[in-house]
Amino acid sequence: MDSIRHWMLGPQGSAYANDVDVLYMFLVWLSVFFFALIVFLTVYFAWKYRRRKEGVLTPNISHNLALELLWSIIPLIIVMGIFFWGFNDYVRASVAPNDAIEIHVTAKKWLWAFEYPDGTRTIGNLHVPVNRPVKLILTSEDVLHDFYIPSMRQKTDVIPGRFVDLTFTPTVAGKHQVFCAEYCGKSHSDMMANLYVDSPEVYEKWLVEGDEELKTMPPVEVGKLVYENKGCNSCHSIDGSKNTGPSFKGLYGRVEKFTDGTSITVDDNYITESINNPQAKIVAGYEPVMPTFQGLLRIPEMRGIIAYIKELK
Amino acid sequence: MADIITTPHISGHADHHDVDYLHDGKGLKSWLTTVDHKRIGVMYLWSILFMFFLGGVFAMMIRLELLTPKETIMSAETYNKVFTLHGAIMVFLFIIPSVPAALANFVLPLMLGAKDVAFPKLNLFSWYIYMAGAFIAVAAMVTGGVDTGWTFYTPYSTTTDGSVALMTFAAFVLGFSSILTGVNFVATIHKLRAPGMGWFDMPLFCWGIYATALIQVLATPVLAITLLLLIMERTFGIGIFDPKLGGDPVLFQHFFWFYSHPAVYIMILPGMAIISEIIPTFSQKTIFGYRAIAFSSVAIALVSFIVWGHHMFTSGQSQLASAIFSFITFFVAVPSAIKTFNWIVTMYKGSVAFNAPMLYALSFLLLFGIGGLTGIFLGAVSVDIHLHDTYFVVAHFHYVMMGSTVIAFLGGLHYWWPKMFGRMYSEPAARVACALVFIGFNATFLPQFVLGSRGMPRRYYNYLPEFQALHQASTVGSWILGLGFLIMAGYLFASLRKKMDAPANPWHSRTLEWQTSSPPITHNFHEIPAVGGGPYDYYRPVGNGRNA
Repeated sequence: MDSIRHWMLGPQGSAYANDVDVLYMFLVWLSVFFFALIVFLTVYFAWKYRRRKEGVLTPNISHNLALELLWSIIPLIIVMGIFFWGFNDYVRASVAPNDAIEIHVTAKKWLWAFEYPDGTRTIGNLHVPVNRPVKLILTSEDVLHDFYIPSMRQKTDVIPGRFVDLTFTPTVAGKHQVFCAEYCGKSHSDMMANLYVDSPEVYEKWLVEGDEELKTMPPVEVGKLVYENKGCNSCHSIDGSKNTGPSFKGLYGRVEKFTDGTSITVDDNYITESINNPQAKIVAGYEPVMPTFQGLLRIPEMRGIIAYIKELK
Repeated sequence: MADIITTPHISGHADHHDVDYLHDGKGLKSWLTTVDHKRIGVMYLWSILFMFFLGGVFAMMIRLELLTPKETIMSAETYNKVFTLHGAIMVFLFIIPSVPAALANFVLPLMLGAKDVAFPKLNLFSWYIYMAGAFIAVAAMVTGGVDTGWTFYTPYSTTTDGSVALMTFAAFVLGFSSILTGVNFVATIHKLRAPGMGWFDMPLFCWGIYATALIQVLATPVLAITLLLLIMERTFGIGIFDPKLGGDPVLFQHFFWFYSHPAVYIMILPGMAIISEIIPTFSQKTIFGYRAIAFSSVAIALVSFIVWGHHMFTSGQSQLASAIFSFITFFVAVPSAIKTFNWIVTMYKGSVAFNAPMLYALSFLLLFGIGGLTGIFLGAVSVDIHLHDTYFVVAHFHYVMMGSTVIAFLGGLHYWWPKMFGRMYSEPAARVACALVFIGFNATFLPQFVLGSRGMPRRYYNYLPEFQALHQASTVGSWILGLGFLIMAGYLFASLRKKMDAPANPWHSRTLEWQTSSPPITHNFHEIPAVGGGPYDYYRPVGNGRNA
């Protein structure tokens, strides 16, 4: 049974996920029962009363009130039960406990930015401690998005000009997937994030020091992580193909022409400016759509992404 | 109708007396200026079948692109346009007009024993409006395309590039075609029933079309207003939906689904209506629970107006709203269950034949069963939060829209094809095509329930490698489905090249459309039929035996 559940629904990340799955699996077996009933009756009647002779008259069975009430009232009782079950779980999961950690989430085409109670800010990676309720407070800077954590069985639309919240209490440590589930344009399907559920000690340490591995990693590898995790890859390719933004391949040292007719040879300063103030210079042939990353990259990360771009010849 | 009591022939059209409608007038002009509901129905039929083909090509492109993550055959921008066009074409240009405007236009007046619809010129006008809407939609496709999804959610739709205003204008125009068809059918059913035909002597198809027409008339204006506001927002920036201008994007969703949820029943009720004809005919048996089926159609139509918020459980609407909409949504399950069991029990002690239309009806029972049962998952709020905007929803509505409505439409097409064109198609080929469509459909969409439950969001161009196996199964399924449709197109076109060979009543049905020749004469009946019995009186011998 549990392997069927796991095959159909994937991993669970919280106790609530299990609650949802219990109802889901109940509905699966209920559906299997009724579907089997429909198939059996359809096939049985169709075959048993198949036409053996043309032009026969058949009995006039116009209706049967008892039978019709039976198949009206039984489904009604069942679906009312399902309504209360589903709604009850939903309400319980919607209310954040008072001790929940509040993390602000900002969505924009096509990345997720997070801001922690102590001021730490990240993009693409959300760290939370295990077994503590988390309340995300979400808003969007442009169009509708939807923050969806399949393993928590939770999602909410993220609406510009409004704050919505989403609550979950992770019980399973490790990496969980986050998707954008509301269509938002070209890189909608790349607008993902990673949810890291850490032990409390690791979480506290991470808040202060940032990602441990960054400290001992060569800058190029740090840059590669930044490229993959902070959303650069949504718009900038590394194979020379044209995307929303210019490719990083062969970028360093190239002469870029801008929409205002000026040009520049790409160096460390230009890359830094493009990250912190992307609207300052727009490469000809591209739209001015990149959001600013001012304050979102630590110095080693900025060094890393420059080193990484240098490597992509 | 078992008993046709002949009434004196009303003279004045003796010149057309014995000419079938296909040969009453030659050349393109005679078609483009016709007010004959049968010819208009046929013009609609070819129009919507072309659109079905176009939407189907887009569907095959979507499935092919999803064979691998990242780029397979097209870029992300192209993919977003393709799935938008697939949805918009299938909903607005194919499914909504499919049964009412094409099939019902042809058979409804015949079933009622009428010469035509109540307003024949309005009927032709609504076809011209449909064609205008279709041309505007095609113009939007070739002048930049649209990448909003068929739901046009704001503020994406008010800020993205492309011909969004033109496409929404097309849907706006098509809505008027739909309203006029609905008005026409309501009037026809009220006023043009043959002498002696009470409301409960009508074939159930007419009840289904009546319920549909009510929704078309009452709900479609809301879509018109919504789309007009969207066009104004996009063109003049008036600030109804975009929060940057002081608007509310969730308001758009309320407006949109206030129409588009009833529209789901504009799509499914006519499908159910066809099934209520095919099953008694091929079982040669009285329909079980006539009144329950008739009233459940009307009940579904009414409830359909107050469940739109179940599309918005994750939209940020209030919990109270979610509770109310979830609660009411579950009531739809009851009339659906009633209908399903009534259809099945109709076969009990019948004389069941397995011609192509009946195979589609039996397929419908199973596929609608899956579509309906998976709807229960989505009505339960906690489960819906997980499944919303995933492939589970995609699979669910394809089981209802395609597995139920389109399968019923195909059943109806095969059922009335001999009546419409006077020719029988190849029965063995039709059975093979039906089997391929059934297998291909399930192979395409069953895996998507699992994909969605595991968290695969819809409208994704790229996806994680763990989803690839199920996507590939789905794509292979779409090829089987496509093959089924190719075979169908082959034998249907082949039948049109034959000499007319269809008997007036090949399926030994008792409803009135079969009591005239195949194809019918221009004025449908030689004499106005007077009715003395129910439409499903298979328990007694045929009255005057004329077409038995």
